[in-house]
Amino acid sequence: MTRMSNYNIRPKDLTDQEFFYGHKACAGCGATIAVRLALKVLGERTFSVLPANCMSAVSFIYPQMAFATNAMIAPFPATGAMLSGVAAGAKALGLKDFQTVGFAGDGGTADIGFQALSGAIDRGDDILYICYDNEAYMNTGIQKSGLTPYGTKTTTSPAGENLPGSVKHKKNMFEIVAAHGIAYAATASIGYPNDFLRKLNKAKSVRGPVYLHILASCPTGWGSKTELSVELAKDAVDSGLWYLAEYENDEFKLNVNPKEFASVENYLSKQGRFKHLKEEDINVIIEHRDKKWEKMRKTWL
Amino acid sequence: MRPKVRAYKRPDKISDYPSTPAFESGHLVSKNAGWRTFKPVVDPEKCVGCLRCYLVCPDGVISRTEDNKVEIDYDFCKGCGICAHECKLDAITMKKEADEDE
Repeated sequence: MTRMSNYNIRPKDLTDQEFFYGHKACAGCGATIAVRLALKVLGERTFSVLPANCMSAVSFIYPQMAFATNAMIAPFPATGAMLSGVAAGAKALGLKDFQTVGFAGDGGTADIGFQALSGAIDRGDDILYICYDNEAYMNTGIQKSGLTPYGTKTTTSPAGENLPGSVKHKKNMFEIVAAHGIAYAATASIGYPNDFLRKLNKAKSVRGPVYLHILASCPTGWGSKTELSVELAKDAVDSGLWYLAEYENDEFKLNVNPKEFASVENYLSKQGRFKHLKEEDINVIIEHRDKKWEKMRKTWL
Repeated sequence: MRPKVRAYKRPDKISDYPSTPAFESGHLVSKNAGWRTFKPVVDPEKCVGCLRCYLVCPDGVISRTEDNKVEIDYDFCKGCGICAHECKLDAITMKKEADEDE
């Protein structure tokens, strides 16, 4: 922890400038917190690439432009490819001291944008890919994605007598990315903003591909109160349903290892998308969590 | 420091439109204040300037003042209430917009 704490940023050291301002996202949107903080750390000389997702839908509304840095919209599956292209183009122009960042949602990362991301990591391009994970395709009206957790009610995984909503657990996106032998990868949560700032600061200094996966709540899709957005993202980590970890030099490292998990029921009950869950469904979630943590604690500490 | 809101002049002729699908960044023409039913009000007596609210504001409308407190840009606050909920000292309270007029 001492080695890595060098990258800590205090909130008062952040720039006063706002690079993501006046967007039309829903009140209490978690993803906008992730984008806003990321741009504050990365700075003005940043090229942002956004595929089709909420963040591009709420900011590029002609003649309004909420990004105060360079930003462009990529085709849905092309975030990784476009990032590589922007980095190569900037290099060809002889630009120095710039950042290239992509903000893709969970569907745009784990499903649709996956091959371009994999290719960009494989090429070893100097890019930063941020996946903001709100656990479904929220922009198009809450459809199930590869990162939707078990028991989630979405429009394409309805809950009823026979099904508890989504019947698959979240894809292990972080480990899949790490398996490429990426320069640096980390998970984060908007409930732990200081941890996210540190990882961004570290990502800024790493040469080569970097992947950050941040859990960002969505009041509209999660059926939660707007003021609970940050609390829910924190609860997810405290209850063990999400984890804060890093991957570097072929090694995983777990950043937070709770002695005792907070209540899973408490986390689930604050969200409309889990309201239908029966006790046996919650037990499936807890069982899956325990299995995952047993493995992480064995090899990631 | 935030981008300024500028008046939008409707194009009269085709050459007034941007010539490519590119546009100036940080160009704001409308506010978000009308989205709000409750507004956050900071109590400067209770605020110690921990900047937790500043970190977790989705719209970035909370900024630092010179005396190490926070102030809110009501032109763009959507009234989500995260700042009031996350403040450990209850220095921010959500007040109903209409109450001010009474």
